[in-house]
Amino acid sequence: MIAELGHYFLVLALGLAVIQAIFPMIGAAQGSARMMMLGQPAAYGQFFFSLLAFLALTYSYLISDFSVAVIARNSHSLKPLLYKISGVWGNHEGSLLFWVMFLALFGAMVAYFGRGLPKSLRARVLSVQAMVGIGFYLFMLLTSNPFDRLADVPFEGNGLNPLLQDPGLVFHPPFLYLGYVGLSVVFSFAIAALIEGRVDPAWARWVRPWTLLAWVFLTIGIVLGSWWAYYELGWGGWWAWDPVENASFMPWLVATALLHSAIVVEKRDTLKSWTILLAIIAFSFSLLGTFIVRSGIITSVHAFATDPERGLYILVFLALVIGGSLLLFAIRSDKLQAGGLFAPISRESGLMINNLFLSVATAVVLYGTMHPLLSDAFFGVKSSVGAPFFNLVFSLLMIPLVVTMVYGPHLKWKRADIKGINQRLMAVTGIALLAGLMTFYATYGGAIMPAVWIGIGVWLLLSSLQELSNRIKLFQVPFKDSMSRLRRQPRSSWGMTLGHFGFAVGLLGIVGTSAWTIEAQKVMGLGEDMTIGDYRLTLKDVIPVAGPNYTAVRGIISVSPKNAEENGKSFMAYPETRTYVSSPITTTEGDVKTTMAGDLFVVIGESQGQGRWGIRAYYKPMQVWFWIGTTIVVLGGLISLSDRRYRIGTPQRQKASRKVKHAP
Amino acid sequence: MKFLLIPILFMTLVLNAGAIGVDKDRLQDPEQEARAQHLMKQLRCLVCQNQSIVESDAELAQDLRAIVREQISAGKTDPEIFKFMTTRYGDWVLLKPPFNSATVILWLGPIALLLVGGFLIFRTIRRKPEQDIARPLTAAEEKHLEKIIKGDNQ
Repeated sequence: MIAELGHYFLVLALGLAVIQAIFPMIGAAQGSARMMMLGQPAAYGQFFFSLLAFLALTYSYLISDFSVAVIARNSHSLKPLLYKISGVWGNHEGSLLFWVMFLALFGAMVAYFGRGLPKSLRARVLSVQAMVGIGFYLFMLLTSNPFDRLADVPFEGNGLNPLLQDPGLVFHPPFLYLGYVGLSVVFSFAIAALIEGRVDPAWARWVRPWTLLAWVFLTIGIVLGSWWAYYELGWGGWWAWDPVENASFMPWLVATALLHSAIVVEKRDTLKSWTILLAIIAFSFSLLGTFIVRSGIITSVHAFATDPERGLYILVFLALVIGGSLLLFAIRSDKLQAGGLFAPISRESGLMINNLFLSVATAVVLYGTMHPLLSDAFFGVKSSVGAPFFNLVFSLLMIPLVVTMVYGPHLKWKRADIKGINQRLMAVTGIALLAGLMTFYATYGGAIMPAVWIGIGVWLLLSSLQELSNRIKLFQVPFKDSMSRLRRQPRSSWGMTLGHFGFAVGLLGIVGTSAWTIEAQKVMGLGEDMTIGDYRLTLKDVIPVAGPNYTAVRGIISVSPKNAEENGKSFMAYPETRTYVSSPITTTEGDVKTTMAGDLFVVIGESQGQGRWGIRAYYKPMQVWFWIGTTIVVLGGLISLSDRRYRIGTPQRQKASRKVKHAP
Repeated sequence: MKFLLIPILFMTLVLNAGAIGVDKDRLQDPEQEARAQHLMKQLRCLVCQNQSIVESDAELAQDLRAIVREQISAGKTDPEIFKFMTTRYGDWVLLKPPFNSATVILWLGPIALLLVGGFLIFRTIRRKPEQDIARPLTAAEEKHLEKIIKGDNQ
């Protein structure tokens, strides 16, 4: 009964989406306020019913209603509660429902918070948002209904892939989805602006927070996925340039570019059509990420053949959304007049160069991901493009980008003085050079690039601090004045400082862990030991462990300094290999000991007979810097998002500024 | 129905995780073993999805690892080992494809894009001043200006 209700709510939401798509658009064209007004209630209603549908599916999961096909396929009555809930979006049908529910929520938020927008713009944004929604509702109802029932109800469900039963993966997909869906709002604003033929700083001010929100979600989603891969897969890797990872990385790259180009639109009223184009591309990649990855087309074209109905729908939908919006862009973008003037050396130029490198990076990921497919199709040559290619090209492409990041924030709008900046950065540059040289010396005989990258990372790290200290005039005015300047810094500029600083920290982590990871493995009996880096691992015992829905083998390994005479604490590591009840898959739960210097990662493999076990260990220098860095980046994004400037010009202003005052 | 079995979440396509094996035939010389690891990271596990042979426990990956180690201990150079692999399996085995007619776009595309993009930026920066500053007033603007100067701009 609940499932039927959910199905019914879904149809109702579709109906309201149709109303929301048609009437506000016509109203905006004819100047009819009454028709435009229909947008808000329709948006609220659409969200209400899609939420109810989502809750209906969640409820069915919680009570393990295996008469619902999706649940029988993906759930299991013994599954812990957390994974029953995450199971709702952990499959094709449920994830679509999750997607469209947030699409409707964001639409309702535009309707609610957008009261300060020009009426026609808001009406058009809501309409576009609903059009995208219709595509999703129809896709679900026609080909992927999450509420489909089974005629023969199974006694027990198939269970969720045990690899996915991990907290990191509970939140990884929803954050990615929130990022994708967040970009839909930016897309709707871009299309609405194209229809209106008008983009101005006020438009950019509206779009910026949505871009930022989507970007923060995407960042969190991607990092959680990496974190999960790092802990769960047992290879100590966290980024493999796999097509599915790339599919989430591309919208992130474009959203990062968009975030920066929207600043130019907001502050200087220029770079408009480029920003609109980025908004369209960012959302196109979101759709690709949502559909194409799930359909498996990137790994094999044949995935389409197995379910032609879905495949065809996806292709038509993508062609309509992406092709249609690009066509609209081609027709209308010349209406967008460029504004302010600027000199070759200026903040504007810096941001354009940033956009250039981010765009080329996106193109590299896109083409690299597609190349095997195209090469097979056009040349009949089977070809692989993997981590070695991407690492090489990216490490070259990122150098000029990071240099731009060093200079960019110091550049003034319109016209900047590069000599003055160089002078101010002299000390910072010196320290960075020294850091690079020292790294080169310490790793003499090894590769040169890591030393270069350490130098560049340190340069960026220090220059972002230097930029902050310039802004608060540290050591130029009395310290107390500097501190009060520090407190008065707008939150959006904190966002930039933290974003760049965190990026630098994460970058250093990437360099350390990818350049200097060491690995050791050995088949060990009880009491035997092996060494890795400065550590000695001794296998003390191996014991069986029972979990809620798995059994495990746990290694008890003592870790001590390699040389017994060296002082240093010993500690224990407890890696596990789990075998799940509901499926034959085993998972590895590596034990990771983290320090700022590096992670010691210990994994226990299968029994080799005669009481001997395969043990594998990695030492990953500075791995934790990556997690810390990305956390700082996300914090920067959130702080920037709370900037009151984004609320100015809306009826919310009064309330908002009062709230800021009361905040501690 | 196979469509439905396609791995459930984004990253699952990568996975072939399972019990983790241990290579028993590792090279004694740590420098040689490091070289072996470096080579193995660039060779594709042909039966896996986008994994190098270092990251897979598939039988084929184990065999290929053994071959790499064998050849290193036999004193073969890196290019010789890659050559051996590509004659057996084709370029498909290389995770970093070689530069040839089929990979021109892959390798030169980024450079071409940088040039085109750089040119567009250059043009944007150069073009503007002439266009915006030197534009003469239109007739209507002249009139309007005249009015303002005369002081009756209502």
